[in-house]
Amino acid sequence: MEAFTKHTGRAVPLRRSNVDTDQIIPAHWLKKVTRDGFEDGLFEAWRKDASFILNQPERAGATVLVAGPDFGTGSSREHAVWALQNYGFKTVISSRFADIFRGNSLKNGLLTVVLEQKIVDALWELTEKDPQAEITVDLEAREVRAEGITAAFELDENARWRLLNGLDDISITLQNEADISTYEAKRPSYKPRTVQV
Amino acid sequence: MGRTLAEKVWDDHVVRRAEGEPDLLFIDLHLLHEVTSPQAFDGLRQAGRPVRRLDLTIATEDHNTPTLDIDKPIADPVSRAQLETLRKNCADFGVRLHSLGDVEQGVVHVVGPQLGLTQPGTTVVCGDSHTSTHGAFGALAFGIGTSQVEHVLATQTLPLARPKTMAITVDGELPEDVTAKDLILAIITKIGTGGGQGYILEYRGSAIEKLSMEARMTICNMSIEAGARAGMIAPDETTFAYIEGRAHAPQGEDWDAAVAYWKTLKSDDDAEFDAEVVIDAASLAPFVTWGTNPGQGAPLSAAVPDPASYEDASERYAAEKALEYMGLTAGQPLRDIRVDTVFVGSCTNGRIEDLRAAAEIVGGRKVADGVRMLVVPGSARVGLQAVSEGLDLVFKEAGAEWRHAGCSMCLGMNPDQLAPGERSASTSNRNFEGRQGKGGRTHLVSPQVAAATAVLGHLASPADLSEADARTPAGVR
Ligand code: SF4
Repeated sequence: MEAFTKHTGRAVPLRRSNVDTDQIIPAHWLKKVTRDGFEDGLFEAWRKDASFILNQPERAGATVLVAGPDFGTGSSREHAVWALQNYGFKTVISSRFADIFRGNSLKNGLLTVVLEQKIVDALWELTEKDPQAEITVDLEAREVRAEGITAAFELDENARWRLLNGLDDISITLQNEADISTYEAKRPSYKPRTVQV
Repeated sequence: MGRTLAEKVWDDHVVRRAEGEPDLLFIDLHLLHEVTSPQAFDGLRQAGRPVRRLDLTIATEDHNTPTLDIDKPIADPVSRAQLETLRKNCADFGVRLHSLGDVEQGVVHVVGPQLGLTQPGTTVVCGDSHTSTHGAFGALAFGIGTSQVEHVLATQTLPLARPKTMAITVDGELPEDVTAKDLILAIITKIGTGGGQGYILEYRGSAIEKLSMEARMTICNMSIEAGARAGMIAPDETTFAYIEGRAHAPQGEDWDAAVAYWKTLKSDDDAEFDAEVVIDAASLAPFVTWGTNPGQGAPLSAAVPDPASYEDASERYAAEKALEYMGLTAGQPLRDIRVDTVFVGSCTNGRIEDLRAAAEIVGGRKVADGVRMLVVPGSARVGLQAVSEGLDLVFKEAGAEWRHAGCSMCLGMNPDQLAPGERSASTSNRNFEGRQGKGGRTHLVSPQVAAATAVLGHLASPADLSEADARTPAGVR
């Protein structure tokens, strides 16, 4: 996983609530068996509309998505995270994320930042008025900064540490292999098995 | 202080607990399907890691599989490639797989319980958000992303922060024609699509205790639509009776030991939930959605709401957008909405009881002119059971299409899709824009409402059907 320490970039204000993962990446894209090449599927249905914010030329190259509440609801598809990353987003800001989406994003180094809706409103206003306005998301300082706005955000210490260092979860878990074996040894025999071994 | 059901199951699976770290939980059962696993197997390959517990892992094919001509090569080359990737991965790593054509093939959340693999007090995960279905057995079951799929394959564990718990207590009698689907749709409308976020829901109360396992699965299935991590129901005699005798149910002494443990799996009387919602079963009615998320629903007797009636600006905007997409106007009675397609199936309502309920209603009647009704069993075994009961004939005689098992039109990854602008009444769980096909419009309903709707051609309940019958001369029903 790529480490995330601090990122500064222009923003896409997405004034919609309840953006579900079917909107982020429609199901037919899920037939791909790779983690890349999903950028054209991002918000595919909405992008057919020329007035959709992502289609505005001044938004090209933006890397910070400022979204409405309940972003990423619906399916567990990690493809939604890959699509955002493949497109070039480094971080998503919202007042509320769906749990699975948030977990998936942090596992891939896409920082999801939870801010109060009134700060999200302020970021929307700023970046709608001035498409060149930059937002800085600083994970070390746990702070979002933009012109006239400074807002602290929370992220649990463990997730933050993994992101700052770009650590791979599986390797960390396998350091505790002995604990897993101990647990396995005392599992009751009535627990279900899919095959005889 | 006492513990909740969720806390008990959680505590029993902690492999490692350390200050400042998420708990490392052991996973009892890992279900795989073709869509969310390819990148996980790739990850294992790149790192040279094996699957740690093949005996706790099982795969099936569901999302992409066609429901017609299943003996022919799959027409869509991309879908075919994805299924072939799963077959290769399972063969390479030694994972048990139920492929298209196998009697145990079907929607992953129908297959687990049907094999008796889903048991009380287990942890169940799958790269699919509707894994919450398995919580109906008192299992802690939740959907995970592909990175976590890889993590479970490699370690049989997951590092997780413990969610909060919410009790949803439903007491009283459900009125006639009101099903588990209506109940869960009403719950989601009440608490909102984000209302369960950060929580494990526990459904309890006298109305829940009376439900069959299949109805309980319908409810837990849609917990995720309220934003919850998981939904659970305490196991009881209904649960034990459902499991007993299934292929992977414990046997002999193991059965006795298992049941003794399962009986301890209920929230203690003095357990504290972080939140509680109370619902009076008697107040419920058949429920349908009018919008583009499962929280945008109303009783069938109501009208399409006016977006202006929403105080919250973003909800108002969402309702406006939804009506525009759905092609509906505020104030229009929901019963007047005409549909083109009726879909009976999915992991929400594709089990045998659901098919029986729908068959009973369409039996001896005809699907309305211009309406296409698709009946897709949740698994090949459910399909076989339905055939042995003659349900397939009932559907066919009514003019419905009887198909092979899979996810089908629930998400339209296979050819079963709505055309742009087409409207469906669907027993599935998501009415998102484009979910059943680009530009398709979905109303979520129970199997009973789906069947009545198919016959009348507009959103309707079985009660409307009896009224229509009463107006028809005897003998020509
Ligand atoms: S039936 Fe629908 S909701 Fe269930 S697993 Fe398949 S696609 Fe997902």
